[in-house]
Amino acid sequence: MTRFFTAIGAAVISLLTYVGELVVLGVATFGSIFTQKLRWRLFLDQIVEIGLRSQLVVVITGAFTGAVFAAQTFFQFNKLGMGSAVGAVVSVSICRELGPVLTALMVTGRVGASMSAEIGTMKVTEQIDALRALAVHPIDYLVVPRALGMMVSMPLLVAECIGVGIAAGYAVAIGLLEVNGTYYMANMVRWTQMRDIVMALSKAFCFALLIVFISCHKGLTTREGAVGVGRATTQAVVDSSLAVLIFNFFMTMGLNIVFPAGYQ
Amino acid sequence: MIEAPPPAVAPVQKTSATRRKLMIAVRGLTKAIEAQKILRGVDLDVATGETLVIIGRSGGGKSVLLKHLVGLMQPDDGEIWIEGENILGLSERKLADIRRKVGILFQSGALFDSMTVEENIAFPLHEAGERDTEAIRKRVDEMLEVVELEGQHDKMPVNLSGGMKKRVGLARSIVRRPSVVLYDEPTAGLDPVVSDSINRLIRRLQERFHVTSVVVTHDMKSAFHIADHIAYLHEGQIYFYGTSVELQQSTDPLLQDFLLGRSECGV
Ligand SMILES: Nc1ncnc2c1ncn2[C@@H]1O[C@H](COP(=O)(O)OP(=O)(O)OP(=O)(O)O)[C@@H](O)[C@H]1O
Ligand SMILES: [Mg+2]
Repeated sequence: MTRFFTAIGAAVISLLTYVGELVVLGVATFGSIFTQKLRWRLFLDQIVEIGLRSQLVVVITGAFTGAVFAAQTFFQFNKLGMGSAVGAVVSVSICRELGPVLTALMVTGRVGASMSAEIGTMKVTEQIDALRALAVHPIDYLVVPRALGMMVSMPLLVAECIGVGIAAGYAVAIGLLEVNGTYYMANMVRWTQMRDIVMALSKAFCFALLIVFISCHKGLTTREGAVGVGRATTQAVVDSSLAVLIFNFFMTMGLNIVFPAGYQ
Repeated sequence: MIEAPPPAVAPVQKTSATRRKLMIAVRGLTKAIEAQKILRGVDLDVATGETLVIIGRSGGGKSVLLKHLVGLMQPDDGEIWIEGENILGLSERKLADIRRKVGILFQSGALFDSMTVEENIAFPLHEAGERDTEAIRKRVDEMLEVVELEGQHDKMPVNLSGGMKKRVGLARSIVRRPSVVLYDEPTAGLDPVVSDSINRLIRRLQERFHVTSVVVTHDMKSAFHIADHIAYLHEGQIYFYGTSVELQQSTDPLLQDFLLGRSECGV
């Protein structure tokens, strides 16, 4: 029995240590953002890498999610004769939940993984030591451009995903399922509010921070060669994805108090 | 914060008791990684403008010692003084000032593999705030000539041979003209002709720019050629410290074995 509690205790302590390290990294990064000179070129490179190169992934994710969600909602709602309410359901859920979460998960897989692999490889091949030896702080050089790149790109990607999702939902509902377009639009506009968009963008911003700090932290703490890099990359993706899902729940509950869902 | 380092303890100055202006002073440095005790009380002095060669068995902790000198590793105990400033406990940002003075060539070269040769060598200049691309270009050309790699600007590090990587790393670590350079096996894996030119380069930097050098090497010929003093690191301590001549005249069996490359004591 004591064994059991010792094990639980150890797990809790290591989780707290991990969270602590992430917070330290985050604080150091924001410290650097506000006190050190920004390397614009690296920052713009990251925007290209994160924002531009994620276009296809985000568009496809948004489009097919919006399409399938509209179809499923229609199949249920149509039985009640509420086919034109599909627009409102699709747009509000994509704004509040699906858009931010799915974009974050896709970006984790694409960008988070490459961040931890790249930084991890630099770590195990002494390139990070070389940076430090040349009087360059790894946080300034590696983490800050990625963090800023994510903070700028994620809200835009989420907005894009939402836009594409809603458009795809519209296309499926009106084009394939023959819902009345005017009612569909009217319902959608009536039920989708500014606060839904604010919620989407706040989630996007927080997920950006989660992904970038977890991935960079995994990269910076990589050890033991190629195996270590592989492990760091996998863990970065798993941890970021779980963190996004868990945070999403709490953010939904918290933000729902500030920005309640539904028509008032 | 600037105090004079405490006087060196034996055996550091036993063989050369002249008072010298110290660039680097190491006192009682100990370091264990996991259960392995790598450094067990290293005492070492490097005078301003001199070249100290560190020799020792492979795996003896020479690279670890060099990394301590620029704060890349934190010791368990001991002191490291660079130009009269104790660098232990300095934050990463404070250490940057030390590191601008002290260049280090890594054993692996540690080139940035996403950058070309030219970008690698220009990196310290960019980071120092140099924006004049023409001046940078000229400086890079000059460095490439010094390490005999003219015209290799656009190669990526993965496409370089081991010896070429070493030389690009060398160019990168001296391009900003640091006043101290730590070389981790600068001539390992190089052909005799290039080795000789690297040795001459180390000498030339010392003579012309009064650069203080610490050179880790297994190449005894170059050690004797460039060294003002030689330190033999053995089992985590400085076992011998003296001039080339003193080392060659030493009758200590351990040193004899090392110099002659024998694998068993006296056999
Ligand atoms: N990051 C590390 N983690 C664990 N052990 C390490 C680490 N760095 C070095 N060591 C250990 O420290 C010891 C000394 O290593 P070091 O690289 O300093 O040897 P060296 O004297 O430079 O050898 P060589 O002449 O072969 O380069 C070795 O046993 C090595 O395994
Ligand atoms: Mg070594």
